[in-house]
Amino acid sequence: MQKQSAETLAQGLGWFSIALGAAELAAPRAMSRALGMEDRAGLIQAYGLREIATGIGILASDQPKPWVWGRVAGDALDMATLATGLADGKRGAVGAAMGGVAAMAALDWYCANQLGEAREARPMRDYSNRTGFPDTPEHMRGQAARDATILSPLL
Amino acid sequence: MRALCYHDKHDIRCDTVPDPEIEHPRDAIVRVTSCAICGSDLHLYDGFMPGMLSGDIIGHEFMGEVVEVGAANKKLKVGDRVVVPFTITCGECDQCRRGNFSVCERSNRNKAMADKMFGHSTAGLYGYTHLTGGYAGGQAEYVRVPYADSGPVKIPDGLTDDQVLFLGDIFPTGWQAAVQCDIQPTDTVAVWGAGPVGQFCVRSAILLGARQVVVIDNVPERLVMAEAGGAIPINFDEESVLDRLGELTGGKGPEKCIDAVGMEAHVNRSVDSIYDRVKQAVMLETDRAHVLREMIYVCRPAGTLSIPGVYGGLVDKIPFGALMNKGLTVRTGQTHVNRWTDDLLHRIEAGQIDPSFVITHKASLEDGPAFYKTFRDKQDGCVKVVLQP
Ligand SMILES: NC(=O)c1ccc[n+]([C@@H]2O[C@H](COP(=O)([O-])OP(=O)(O)OC[C@H]3O[C@@H](n4cnc5c(N)ncnc54)[C@H](O)[C@@H]3O)[C@@H](O)[C@H]2O)c1
Ligand SMILES: [Zn+2]
Ligand SMILES: [Zn+2]
Repeated sequence: MQKQSAETLAQGLGWFSIALGAAELAAPRAMSRALGMEDRAGLIQAYGLREIATGIGILASDQPKPWVWGRVAGDALDMATLATGLADGKRGAVGAAMGGVAAMAALDWYCANQLGEAREARPMRDYSNRTGFPDTPEHMRGQAARDATILSPLL
Repeated sequence: MRALCYHDKHDIRCDTVPDPEIEHPRDAIVRVTSCAICGSDLHLYDGFMPGMLSGDIIGHEFMGEVVEVGAANKKLKVGDRVVVPFTITCGECDQCRRGNFSVCERSNRNKAMADKMFGHSTAGLYGYTHLTGGYAGGQAEYVRVPYADSGPVKIPDGLTDDQVLFLGDIFPTGWQAAVQCDIQPTDTVAVWGAGPVGQFCVRSAILLGARQVVVIDNVPERLVMAEAGGAIPINFDEESVLDRLGELTGGKGPEKCIDAVGMEAHVNRSVDSIYDRVKQAVMLETDRAHVLREMIYVCRPAGTLSIPGVYGGLVDKIPFGALMNKGLTVRTGQTHVNRWTDDLLHRIEAGQIDPSFVITHKASLEDGPAFYKTFRDKQDGCVKVVLQP
C-alpha cells in the first residue's frame, strides 16, 4: 500500500473514532441497554472519551502511527469488556458487536502496520564513513580524558 | 539585507530588512559567512516556545567577518574572523565571572519578563524569543553582536567555516552534556536523540573515555552516523529501549543518561507518549517528557541525567519518587559556550575531531525556509543544514 493511502485510511479511522466516541458519550444508557449490559453505562462513557482522544490524536498528529496502535489496544479492551456480556447480556447483540469490533480491529492492525512500512520505504543515505575522528572510535576512546591539561579549569 | 524572519508557526520567510547598526560602543557588526539551523530553532518553527513576534530575525548558530567595531571594543578589529556563541554574555557579572555564561545576569534586555517566568532571568540569546532579550538572529547577512568584546571567538587562518561553525552551539553543547556526566572509564553512557546534538554527545563521550556509548533514535541514517562515531544504536521503532539497555548493562542500566531530544519527543507505542500528545493538544501541558521519564526509569541508581535537550514550560507525570530514591543527579542548562570554546578550538586544530562530519546539506539563505521543513521532517537524510548568505 502507498504511504498516501495508509495515511488516508488513518484519517478515516480518526473520524470513525470521534463519531463512535461521541455516540458512546451521548447515549451510554441506550447502548448498554441494547447489549443487555445495563451496569456498564459508566464504562461505555469512559470508553467514549478514549475514542475521542484517540481520534483527535490521529487527526492532529503528524505521526498517526502510534495513535492507530492506540486504537488496536482500545479494540482489545472493547473485546474484553464485551466478552463479559456474553454470560449475562443479550448474547445475540453482544456477539454482533464483537464481530464489528473484530472487523475494525483487523482494519486498525492493518493500517498501523502499513504506516510503519511507509516510513521505512524511503531511500536511505549512507553516513557510515562520517566518523568525525581521524582514527577509529576505538582508538579515539579516552583521548580527551588523557590530555587533561586542556580540560577547562572551570570543571 | 536579507534575513530569515519568523512570521508564525511553520511560516518562516526570507525577507529584506534594515541593516543592523552599532547601538553600543562595545558592539560589533558581523557579516555572516555561514550559519546553521539548530534543533532549538525547530521548537520556534513548531510554535512551542512562547515569546516570538512576527518579523523577528531567527538563527543563533553563525560565524563571519567583523565589518564594524564600536569605539569601546578593544578586542575585535575589522576583518577578524569570528564564531559567535549563541549565548550573549557580558563577561563581567557575577555569573559570567564564574563561567556560568548561559545565565549571564546582564545580557537579557527583557529580564523582567524572564524573571516572572523562570524566577530569575537567563542570558540573552540571538534569534530566540523576547523572553531571552529579543535579539535579532544570525540567519541573516549581517548581525549586530552586543558585548562583542566578550563572546566572539577569533578563528585562526587555516580552518574552514565548516570545521569551526559549530563551536558556537552544538559542539560545546554535546561536550558539556558529556562533561556533566563526569564520565568514568567503566561507564555506559546512553544518549537519547541522534540529531546534531546527539552526534556531538556521542563523540564527546567517546573522547572522554566512556566504556560504552549507546544512542537511541528511530531515524536509520542518523543511527548509522552515530554508529560511525562509536555508538551502539537502538532503533526505538524496532526494539524495546528498556530491554536493550538492560542487555547492554547486565541488567543494571546505564550509569549516565543524556537527553539530546528535548520537548518534542516523538510519540511511540508507549502509553505515556500518547498521554502527552493529548495533553499538549488540549494545552494542559507544554512539553512532552517521554525521554525524561524513560531516563529516570532506566538509569542506574546513583547515576547522572544530563539534559541538554531544551524544555520551555511545564511537564507532567515525572516519576520524582524514582528520581529521589535512586539518588540520581540531574544536570542541565543552556550551554555555557565560552567555557569550552578555547579547549574545543584546540582540539579541532590538533585534528582530534572534525565537526564538519555532521553537515549533510548546504543552501543559500533564500532556500532556508524550505530547509526548516526538510530538517524537521528528516527528509532526504537531512541531519544538519548550513546556510551561506
Ligand atoms: N542546551 C543547549 O544549549 C542546547 C543547544 C542546542 C540544542 N539544544 C537542544 O537539543 C535538542 C536536540 O537538538 P538537535 O539539533 O539535535 O535536534 P533534532 O531535532 O535534529 O534531534 C532530535 C532527535 O531526537 C530524536 N527523538 C525524538 N524522539 C525521541 C525519543 N522518544 N527517543 C529517542 N530519540 C528521539 C529525533 O528523531 C531526532 O533525531 C533540542 O531540544 C535542542 O533545542 C540545546
Ligand atoms: Zn542551538
Ligand atoms: Zn554576564
